[in-house]
Amino acid sequence: MFKPVQLLADWLTYAVFGLGQNTLAGGAVNFFVFDTIKIFILLAGIIFAVSVIRTFLPPSKIREIILKKSRFSGHLWAAGLGIITPFCTCSAIPLFLGFVQTGIPLGVTFSFLVASPMINEVALVMLFGMFGVKIALLYAVSGYIIAVISGLIIGKLDLEHLLEGFDLSKRIQNVAFGTDMPWAERFSFAREYTLDILKTVWPYVLIGIGIGAWIHGYVPENFLARWAGADKWYAVPLATLVGIPLYSNAAGVIPLVSALTEKGVALGTTLAFMMAVTGLSLPEFLILRRVMKIKLLFIFFGIVGAGIMFTGFLFNYVMK
Amino acid sequence: MKRIQVLGMGCAKCGKLYAAAECAAKELGIEYEMQKIADMSKIADMGVMMTPALAINGAVKFAGRIPSTEELKKIISGTK
Repeated sequence: MFKPVQLLADWLTYAVFGLGQNTLAGGAVNFFVFDTIKIFILLAGIIFAVSVIRTFLPPSKIREIILKKSRFSGHLWAAGLGIITPFCTCSAIPLFLGFVQTGIPLGVTFSFLVASPMINEVALVMLFGMFGVKIALLYAVSGYIIAVISGLIIGKLDLEHLLEGFDLSKRIQNVAFGTDMPWAERFSFAREYTLDILKTVWPYVLIGIGIGAWIHGYVPENFLARWAGADKWYAVPLATLVGIPLYSNAAGVIPLVSALTEKGVALGTTLAFMMAVTGLSLPEFLILRRVMKIKLLFIFFGIVGAGIMFTGFLFNYVMK
Repeated sequence: MKRIQVLGMGCAKCGKLYAAAECAAKELGIEYEMQKIADMSKIADMGVMMTPALAINGAVKFAGRIPSTEELKKIISGTK
């Protein structure tokens, strides 16, 4: 599928830049050019397609769908619909209130809140582009299961008393707007949104792929296996912790991690790291503090973090 | 007199929408009044789950994006 891109990358590296085919620099530059072009094509195509789908499913529509489900299937739907909803930290509160105050159970709301940032189209495209379809699916399925289970646990714990800052007993109307629009408008919305995302992520993608290409070309094979191989118990928790403050930089982190995996970091550790980057975010933690007590936030982070680490250990164990 | 309300809890995009909406209203040459709604309960009450959002005289027109000035002019003047 990306053969023409490879030909273009070969031509640029060897003919235009005049680098030797079997030199380290040639390999690194070729890798950089090919991956950059491939990733941008994928990002533009997929984000555009997802954005068009989104015009049919604004949050009010999603809320309507979830409200009609029973409690258990509510979790499955909430996590699934969370995948296609873009997550922005500044919208977290209105979204949270909009769910909880129309009668969606707290646990179901959390299933949505976990899936939405963790499984997003930018992370999936980067994973698909750098690791291939198998790892991207593995990531999406694990993330989905973590979202459903975290929500189920929080629901079972009956933590409504840990909400604060708003009137929980108050019910608001499920107002829907913005679902009916002509196709031209859907496309212009999708174009706007795609450009917006590309404008934000392009420097991270370039830097990430750049450093990745350097590691790919210059760091010896299995260099990291001694410290971060599958047999190192501390690798997964450490990767999860390091991932927390890197929120919103999935675009830059994934190419880097892809290069590190090649040099001996175990797959489970890699998955845990990426899930921590997207799923556990400090800004989100801080903003959600306005509607929930700190104890609930720690429970939420603890459960999702445990799920992420479990996934990491599981894959390291299975792949060993 | 049109009341142009920008809903958002103070993110960067809310500021952008506020400026763009005010600019569109000026270009239209109508009488208007800008209003910021940053109270989370009020935003939720109005049915908005994605910010920034824009309402004219209390009726929400769109949420979660920043349209072009041309589109904003249409929305504010009520032709759209």
